[in-house]
Amino acid sequence: MQESLSKRCTVASDVVCPFCGTLCDDIEVDVKDNKITDVRHACRIGTAKFFSVLEEGRPTKPLIRKNGVMVETTVDTAVKKAAEILKKSIRPLLYGWSSTSCEAHAHGIAIAEEVGGVIDGTTSVCHGPSVLAIQDVGCPSCTLAEVKNRADLVIYWGCNPMHAHPRHLSRYTIYPRGYFRERGHQDRELIVIDVRKTDTAKIANKFIKVDYGRDYELLGAIRAAVNGNEINAEVVGGVTKEEIQKLAEKLKNCQFGVIFFGMGLTMTSAKHRNIDNAICLTKDLNRHTKFSIMPMRGHYNVTGFGEVLTWQTGYPYAVDFSTGYPRYNPGETSANDVLQRGEADAALIVASDPVAHFPRKSVEYLAKMPLIYIGPHHTPTSLLADVFIPSTFVGIETGGTAYRMDTVPLYAKKVVDGPKGVLSDEEILERIYKEIVRGK
Amino acid sequence: MKEIILTPKELPDVGLIAETITPDLFAGKSIGKIASLLIFAGNQRKKLGDFFEVAGKSADDASDTRIVIKGDITKVKMVGKGTKAGEIVIEGSAGMYVGEEMRGGKITVLGNVDSFAGQTMRGGELVIKGNAGDYLGAAYRGDWRGMRGGVILVEGNAGAETGLFMVGGKIKIKGNCGTFAGVHMKKGLIIIEGQTPERAGAEMTGGSIVVMGDTDILPTFAPVNEEKNPEIDGEKLKGTFQTYSGDHAERGAKGMLYKFV
Repeated sequence: MQESLSKRCTVASDVVCPFCGTLCDDIEVDVKDNKITDVRHACRIGTAKFFSVLEEGRPTKPLIRKNGVMVETTVDTAVKKAAEILKKSIRPLLYGWSSTSCEAHAHGIAIAEEVGGVIDGTTSVCHGPSVLAIQDVGCPSCTLAEVKNRADLVIYWGCNPMHAHPRHLSRYTIYPRGYFRERGHQDRELIVIDVRKTDTAKIANKFIKVDYGRDYELLGAIRAAVNGNEINAEVVGGVTKEEIQKLAEKLKNCQFGVIFFGMGLTMTSAKHRNIDNAICLTKDLNRHTKFSIMPMRGHYNVTGFGEVLTWQTGYPYAVDFSTGYPRYNPGETSANDVLQRGEADAALIVASDPVAHFPRKSVEYLAKMPLIYIGPHHTPTSLLADVFIPSTFVGIETGGTAYRMDTVPLYAKKVVDGPKGVLSDEEILERIYKEIVRGK
Repeated sequence: MKEIILTPKELPDVGLIAETITPDLFAGKSIGKIASLLIFAGNQRKKLGDFFEVAGKSADDASDTRIVIKGDITKVKMVGKGTKAGEIVIEGSAGMYVGEEMRGGKITVLGNVDSFAGQTMRGGELVIKGNAGDYLGAAYRGDWRGMRGGVILVEGNAGAETGLFMVGGKIKIKGNCGTFAGVHMKKGLIIIEGQTPERAGAEMTGGSIVVMGDTDILPTFAPVNEEKNPEIDGEKLKGTFQTYSGDHAERGAKGMLYKFV
């Protein structure tokens, strides 16, 4: 941090923004008396995240449910109670992890193994289908730096980065000047394929409107055209055969193409088979030119959880330790399946908010079981919790490693001190782990 | 053939992992020894006898052993995993992974089964009198070789992705089938006597799928000709069928789709 005389505050530079998977690492934050006063370079969502640490009524004391009412307690008591719940449970679910550091993930996985639980990340309701497809057919991918320096054709399919990853286009894909793309966006072409004309589609060179839930058929038809096969229909998914053939020619004749895809592919109709077909299209195109594909990961460290879990267990999400060794099969061991079949009997939720985002049936089961919640905010999940331990914001009040959507690890810096007495996710989880193994 | 009868007691909500229920492990064991076989209830290591009354007698050889389960075991997973010989009869509905990695013998389920039944099956016979869930006779996540041999017969309906990455064997469904039947199929035969909504044979490169009911055929399949009473993999079919080749999204695909007309 340097002293800025004009504003009489310290300036933290090259700060990593802990909001989305783009993980911008050029943020500047002004700090005065341990308070954030200004944030530069970040998008509106990122800026709001930095200022959310100043939120009024932010919880600072652990709470524990006694006779149906949440009462304040000490960290020691809350940690003890959490360890007790997890030790007693015969099928605990450990869920969340996408908005915390890899260091915290490591402790979480250690707890899951120790208590023989099921550990799952938010991937399971987000890019989980992408993972299934990648396991089936592989994934020819690259880093965002390669896209910046080489890509001359960028496709956004079923995603809207103008709203969800606002700086993705300006930092990596369309606007930056790259080593082989000296004129920036003039050297590149942007194609958007979506079911409606989004704000990203409005700035695209070409927008292709696909019918709802027909992405799979369109992908198959493009593949047939790329592979020189006949398409046995005049219109596929609302796109004419001629247009598909023209698009296939364009894809084959670019120098370096890349497909970015989002929930529009992973969570509609064919789900993981959409991604499967999109990856196979990328593979087919590599017979003609250089092509890559990349998921638009949402939360800033959802990729990191997959990386840490894979390195420790061999599987990227939905890992079941109940038999003593890691078992993996989304559909059986994923959070919603374990909840909806009524198997789980206790839950530890870290850095996510399933009560706000899970289907009603899953939430009904969550409400019935002892729930431990670790996170910086009051959320619908914290309202249902039996033990709530508030934590600091990783990347703002605590440092920690996070993985960008192209699996490049970056160290998210600490900018200000957290509220007095509030521990980081990492410290809380480490203490719960030590409490569980104590006396064993 | 000698029979072992398992009568379920009260089964816990957490579900059981009972891969030990197979004739191969029961053969040559006394009732007491069978009752002390390992079963997982959540993260607890329990004994088979904690959840089932065990009666009857086992043969010395697995192929002479029949296991009869009297009642519903929808919360029990992996019954008959890796069965090589002998017989299992489930007089009720069963949970996930029935007959997973089966290599021989016969498993009959009088009720329904949950998803992943007959996953990566290599041989034997799996008969389901009720309905089957998703991923019937499919590959394990990330495996590009699914069912390799054996026969699966479903008298009710089956779910999505039946026969995923199939490389051999036969699946026959008397009712309807979910989407993506035979996705990524390379060899083998799937017969759907009811209807399947769409995307049958998606990304298939070989093998055959027969659909007797309604279905939407993918635009990447090409019509070939009409065949009368075709015989596929030793299975004689009656009637006239429109044949399609595909899936031509793949290069050099040789899969065949037969649609009853």
